[in-house]
Amino acid sequence: MTTITVNGKVDKLTGVPEDTPLLWVLRDRLGLTGTKYGCGISQCGACTVHVDGEAVQSCVTTVGEIDGSEVVTIEGLSDDGSHPVQKAWKKHNVPQCGYCQVGQIMMAAALLQSNTDPTDDVIDSEMWNICRCGTYPRIRAAIKTAAKEVQSK
Amino acid sequence: MSVAQQHDGRSQQSRGLSRRHFLAGISSGSLVLMGKTLTGQDAVVANAATTDAENFSPDFFVAISPNNTVTIVAHRSEMGTGIRTGLPRVVADELEADWDRVVIQQAPGDKRLGDQNTDGSNSIRFFFKRMRVAGAIARTMLEQAAAQKWGVPANECYADNHKIKHTKSDRAFDFGELVDVAKRLDVPLEENVTLKPRSKWRYIGKDAPITDLDDIVTGKATFGIDARMENQLYAVIARPPVAGGRVKSFDATDAKQIPGVVDVAEIPPFQGAPMFQPLGGIAVLADSTWAAWQGRDALKIEWDHGANASYNSDEYTKQLAATVNQPGDLLREVGDPVSVIDKTPKNQIVAADYSVPHLAHAPMETTCAVADVKTDAAGKVTSAHVVTATQNPQAVQGAVGPAMGMKPEDVLVNVTLLGSGFGRKSKPDYCVEAAMLSRQMKRPVHVTWTREDDLAHDYLHAVSAIHCEAAVDDNGKPTAWLQRVAYPSIGSTFNPLASSPATWEAEMGHSDLPFDIPNLRFETGNAKAHTRIGWLRSVCHIQQNFAVSSFADELAHNAGKDPLEFLLELLGDDRHVDLKAAKLSNRGAAPTDYPYDIGRLKNVLKRSATAANWVRRKGLPKGRGLGIACARSFLGYTGHVVEVDVAKDGALRIPKIWCSIDAGTIVSPDRVRSQIEGAAIMATTQARYGKITFTNGRVNEVNYDDYQMTTMADAPREIVVDIVNSTAPPAGVGETGVPSCAPALCNAIFAATGKRIRNLPLADHDLSWA
Repeated sequence: MTTITVNGKVDKLTGVPEDTPLLWVLRDRLGLTGTKYGCGISQCGACTVHVDGEAVQSCVTTVGEIDGSEVVTIEGLSDDGSHPVQKAWKKHNVPQCGYCQVGQIMMAAALLQSNTDPTDDVIDSEMWNICRCGTYPRIRAAIKTAAKEVQSK
Repeated sequence: MSVAQQHDGRSQQSRGLSRRHFLAGISSGSLVLMGKTLTGQDAVVANAATTDAENFSPDFFVAISPNNTVTIVAHRSEMGTGIRTGLPRVVADELEADWDRVVIQQAPGDKRLGDQNTDGSNSIRFFFKRMRVAGAIARTMLEQAAAQKWGVPANECYADNHKIKHTKSDRAFDFGELVDVAKRLDVPLEENVTLKPRSKWRYIGKDAPITDLDDIVTGKATFGIDARMENQLYAVIARPPVAGGRVKSFDATDAKQIPGVVDVAEIPPFQGAPMFQPLGGIAVLADSTWAAWQGRDALKIEWDHGANASYNSDEYTKQLAATVNQPGDLLREVGDPVSVIDKTPKNQIVAADYSVPHLAHAPMETTCAVADVKTDAAGKVTSAHVVTATQNPQAVQGAVGPAMGMKPEDVLVNVTLLGSGFGRKSKPDYCVEAAMLSRQMKRPVHVTWTREDDLAHDYLHAVSAIHCEAAVDDNGKPTAWLQRVAYPSIGSTFNPLASSPATWEAEMGHSDLPFDIPNLRFETGNAKAHTRIGWLRSVCHIQQNFAVSSFADELAHNAGKDPLEFLLELLGDDRHVDLKAAKLSNRGAAPTDYPYDIGRLKNVLKRSATAANWVRRKGLPKGRGLGIACARSFLGYTGHVVEVDVAKDGALRIPKIWCSIDAGTIVSPDRVRSQIEGAAIMATTQARYGKITFTNGRVNEVNYDDYQMTTMADAPREIVVDIVNSTAPPAGVGETGVPSCAPALCNAIFAATGKRIRNLPLADHDLSWA
């Protein structure tokens, strides 16, 4: 049996086959629907969550692979949308439809964790999530705003 | 656009308010205008709950509670345009409501609300005035109520930020304090209320964060894929790989072995034209999406592929190219272009053929719906409730109703946020699937389309070919212009006999050519559909404006002229195109309100050029180039300049795009900017990578790895949006930003490399240069 910690809460995944992607456990079993399905093959990044602090695509990560790990989803990123990335997203009015934005935010939060001053080139290579609405210029601007807040802390 | 529009070209503009007799309902202690109270959960059941005949004719957009809360109904779907914020702000503005005390309630499908088909860039155009009137009526009644309570004339009372104030004293009532009196007043007619002057607008034309911003960034927002009903099953469906195919036989033994799989059910294939019917197939129902998906993949199905099994899009594209080089059906003619072309020496004839492949919508959120259909002992459907991400809840009612043996208005349809739509989610085949499965399972069923399903079974944008031909004088100026287009019509999805572009499709960038040329001819060629064809953001403008604006650029270079100056010359004098003489439907809009104004088109063209500092084009090094184009679409006007940087090895970068847009009166400037930014990225994505292909009737592109999307690294780095300040009636925005962008990109590539792109996508071309 797999045991994972999701947003600080230990979950014993009784009856869940080990090869089940984390995405569907989060969404359909734990009711954490903030994490989105977009492609199922780690092409779009909509399902990005943090596993032991790293950005991971939950659609291709089986629960068996992360037995014993700590998972943070958008529901656990902050209590109230006060993470610097979330605040910057609001400041720049980034979302259009909003569907991919959770994955974008989780990706950006992980990026700023490891690099508090990402250059444009770094943003280009690290932020590979798809946004069909085309919010990329605002995402770039929001990451730079969030980076400033992270740096000042 | 709506289905009705596709067939007869008329718009589905809602009835005005003037003839309507408003009723002030009395319910739950709230002032209720236009019929129903809408607090808490009332709105979601309003459709089913309204049985009082007196409440029938009015519709319902605003309710005020004694606790001062103003509830405003959003009846159009939110798919990223900001409409769920924009239209309610128009109501709030006229009402003088404090935006912080406004609650927005999403309406169910209900034809009494008017058109809910969030499509065709129509929302603000159709409902701007109507929302103002709704707010003004409520404000007027509150003013009358205050007058009554104070015993003063009503004209001494005025609304100001959630209060009614008295001009001759410092007395004031909160809105909520007036509910008791206001709800007993007669509702004034539209002609008896005064709309605020533009100078007093509080919210219209000013920005506010979108209503759902906090929920989106915290993951709390509910999309169609997130909708849940108690005791629901999750379904994933194996559909016929070829449109029009059917199940010959199937074996579900292995599927049923998958842990979590509950059952397997067959959905019948569609009858007649595809319309919004399910494609048919075998559904696997399970206790989770993943189990259903695995079960679906374990099915063994033998298919009868049907009549489209021989469809190969490469061959078909060649066929279309041949069609547009043969005489077609005449759609519109001015002067005598044929004899002018005949008499012009061959070296003064310029001709070019263009093509655009099938394109998929590929919305970030695939199509999803949950349905709860209840039946009596005899199996007759007694109720149907659908919760879904739809652009058109009334179309869901119209499709699910007959499929369940119910009247459309008896189907309750609630609308979630949409993880984008682009036209795909105004076609509710997926909702009918959910309803059929729920009826069969006697439980709520949530249908999720996988990305593979989405690309394999879309209502695709049509593959197309366009022939452009011009006779030019000694200065390179066209004296005659002939255009011929061929692509399967969207009409084919509704009528199997539709086998050439419809007039309303041609009017999107083909027969509505803005150029001042004495001899014009527009033709269409036959093109049978072999898959479901649908409308995609900006529809036929995609291919037709690509061709027209590319060809204009070719003619400019042929004449040795600056493309901007040449375009301005082609557009001619500032004037209104005679829509009646040209037999153009103007999207059903009155020419008095929405003239085809060449002056406005030239204005956005010039403004985009100025913003981009167009004159610097001559000094750019090889590999670097500017391209320009303009378009009138959805009654709005755009000019685009695109700058490209093409490396010697052919790698393309788009450092900057400038767009000027004139969409008349603007409600939400920042959302206009975001739409234009997004439109530029979508247009350049499609131009660079967009191509859906068929082999033996099946789509070859499986997922985002085959159907490539722009990401951060290859997106235009900067997009500058210039909004023309206008008092004209509001025009389209969401789609308007698309048409002139892709041709400006390709014209820039020509300027940078000398390579003329006539057949999209760019990915098929080697852009390298020495």
